[in-house]
Amino acid sequence: MPYDPRLVQPMRDEMVRMGARELRTVAEVDEALGDAKGTVLVFVNSVCGCAAGSARPGLALALRHANRPQHVFTVFAGQDLEATARARQYFAEYAPSSPSVALLRDGEVVHFVHRHMIEGKSPQEVAQQLVAAFDKHCATSAV
Amino acid sequence: MTAPEPRGDGVFHPGHSELHGVTVVLETRDGTLYVGRYHEDTPAGVLLHDVAEHRPAPGGPDRTAFIQRMLEFGVRAHHRHLVVPGTDVRRVVRLVEWREES
Repeated sequence: MPYDPRLVQPMRDEMVRMGARELRTVAEVDEALGDAKGTVLVFVNSVCGCAAGSARPGLALALRHANRPQHVFTVFAGQDLEATARARQYFAEYAPSSPSVALLRDGEVVHFVHRHMIEGKSPQEVAQQLVAAFDKHCATSAV
Repeated sequence: MTAPEPRGDGVFHPGHSELHGVTVVLETRDGTLYVGRYHEDTPAGVLLHDVAEHRPAPGGPDRTAFIQRMLEFGVRAHHRHLVVPGTDVRRVVRLVEWREES
């Protein structure tokens, strides 16, 4: 059952502040990811503070890096259920977890950060993982 | 099994074990591996969520290959919730720290 929308709104706002576009419907997901070109990051947001509490600020830090994805989207697991399920179809070879991060290039997953790679990490450590992926996969397509 | 000490700070849910919310490998005395999110040590046993399971079987993937797949592709759950009796538990370690014991 989704949480009270008022509880999760700050977590949505945090994503929007760092430049992510929220995808809240299946149609929005398909419009964003269906024919995506270039580099696209999808952050699967989560209420869980055990990991998401580091994941969001870690991503915010990473997005300050010179090399970064051309597009940043987010879906909210446990909140926007259908949109999240649809987004996960675009990286279906990876088991669902939240928070998690998929980095795609021309529609293909080139890097995936699972929840277990975030747990216990500081925002700086999460950012380091992401920046390394950005340098590897986004360097020639930075905006 | 030694239960982790409760920690009242630094975790989202005060009073829970330091492993609360962490993806762990629970290894039983018969060699079964369960990979899932640790919730807590209850009177009935260790409660895990979204749990994948590996039992030793001839011709099946070995334990290291199973764990490697979890690390690379995530935990494909066989059980939404699972309680493993404490008497069956050999050890509980974080997934990212699991190594086959020699």
